[in-house]
Amino acid sequence: MEKVIEIKNVTFSYDTKMVLKEVSLEVFKGDFIGIVGPNGSAKTTLIKLLLGILEPQQGSIQLLGQAVKSFDQWHRIGYIAQKARDINAGFPATVEEIVAANLYMQTKPFKFLNKEQREKIDEVLSIVDMVDYKKRLIGSLSGGQQQRVFIARALVNNPELIIMDEPLVGVDVASQEKFYGLMALLNKSLGITLAMVSHDIGVITDKTNKVACLGNQSLFLHDSKSFNQTDYIKQVYGEGISLLHHQH
Amino acid sequence: MPEIFTYGFMQRAFIAGAIIGVICPAIGVFIVLRRLSMIGDTLSHVALAGVAAGMLGSIYPIYSALAFSIAAALGIEKLRQEFKDYAELSIAIMLSAGIGLATIFISMGKSNSSIFSYLFGSITLVNLQDIRTVAILGLIIMVSLIFLYRSLFYITFDEEAARLAGVPIKRVSLYFNILVAMTIAVSMRIVGILLVSSMMVVPVAAGMQVAKSFKQTMIYSVLFGLVAVLMGLFISFYWDLAPGGTIVLSGIFILISTLLFKNIKLKVTANHIKATA
Repeated sequence: MEKVIEIKNVTFSYDTKMVLKEVSLEVFKGDFIGIVGPNGSAKTTLIKLLLGILEPQQGSIQLLGQAVKSFDQWHRIGYIAQKARDINAGFPATVEEIVAANLYMQTKPFKFLNKEQREKIDEVLSIVDMVDYKKRLIGSLSGGQQQRVFIARALVNNPELIIMDEPLVGVDVASQEKFYGLMALLNKSLGITLAMVSHDIGVITDKTNKVACLGNQSLFLHDSKSFNQTDYIKQVYGEGISLLHHQH
Repeated sequence: MPEIFTYGFMQRAFIAGAIIGVICPAIGVFIVLRRLSMIGDTLSHVALAGVAAGMLGSIYPIYSALAFSIAAALGIEKLRQEFKDYAELSIAIMLSAGIGLATIFISMGKSNSSIFSYLFGSITLVNLQDIRTVAILGLIIMVSLIFLYRSLFYITFDEEAARLAGVPIKRVSLYFNILVAMTIAVSMRIVGILLVSSMMVVPVAAGMQVAKSFKQTMIYSVLFGLVAVLMGLFISFYWDLAPGGTIVLSGIFILISTLLFKNIKLKVTANHIKATA
């Protein structure tokens, strides 16, 4: 099986505070992996390491068989950020302009988009069901709709891997269902490997095939089917903690 | 032909004005959307130091202003790395350095009357050498902007995604700062150093009221910039006022008109919806 992500013995500290200690992880082609963990468990740090924004003090990270340090094929990887840290809502750009921006590597300066590229934009917008909103300003859309535009933006380069950092923050429940439906389509029909950070453990284990739990500077990899929430709580918070269930 | 066009100096002012009316808002769109409005003010104050230094050393002031503001643009990037957590401090430091230097150079000079024409702009003093410099630099700026359009758009909208899409962010940002410095050097003869940054901001603010896409924002901003310059030059000529002020106030007039237009349109649509409901 082709390895899409390979993290080997990675250690990372912010100044003196170590947040990851000799962490390893392998993600294979076709996987949909959820990355979960309590606040401050280095979920976003892990994403930043994967994207080359941060560099580990020890260990190595490979994407699509190439070291992140010298990785130069970012067009093969899509990235979808948290809605919350998002762009300024008043930005005067249309959905079409934003998706087209990601064709940067394929467009020569002084040239307009060609027919093929315009068709590709329509194609990815129809995958996410946003083709009717092509000419609308990004600021006039709801959070869920904006998120789908960003998925289309990632898809326009035919990525093999899409990395997502809490993409559902600030997205309403109905749109979340639609989002997971779309993820299943990308993962199963288009064969795109997905890695998604989430804090919603209940939902994510339902939708993914693997779950990576971060906590106590470590990473534990589970099969989603055999994932046990009580074990998870013990692993990431330590023993001696129990869950309080409340009934509605 | 109306009297205004028969004067050689007015013809020169209109040529230079038209170039400025296009490039200031075109650069300004990216400045406003990147929330960098301060950088225009900073580089123009450094340009003032350059003008004063040029006059002291008998160098053509546009060249010395250009050299000073480009050096400042590079310096800001350098300082930004020193003050990583307080990036805006680098701009404030450069602004202080610019005003400090300008004050010293101006006080060292014997005749300060000509410095006023650079501060507030002038239409009667634009000579052929000015036109030539403005045209050449203006062309370089326009071609660079078209060349960088896609990368600047992406960086402005979402820097992180732009980096992942392969946009060389550092190089593009640095080159953009140099373009801002060039735009200031080109514009100060007509609009004046004190008001250059307004020309980069006001037409864009008006353009954003009516545009329905990024491309339209660019087109409307340039259009409003051009109209503001032409209106301002007419008023400046007939009422004998400094062109910098008349141009910028024309821009403000356009901005207020677009705001009124937008509000009236919103009211009309609201009433229409009420009436049909």
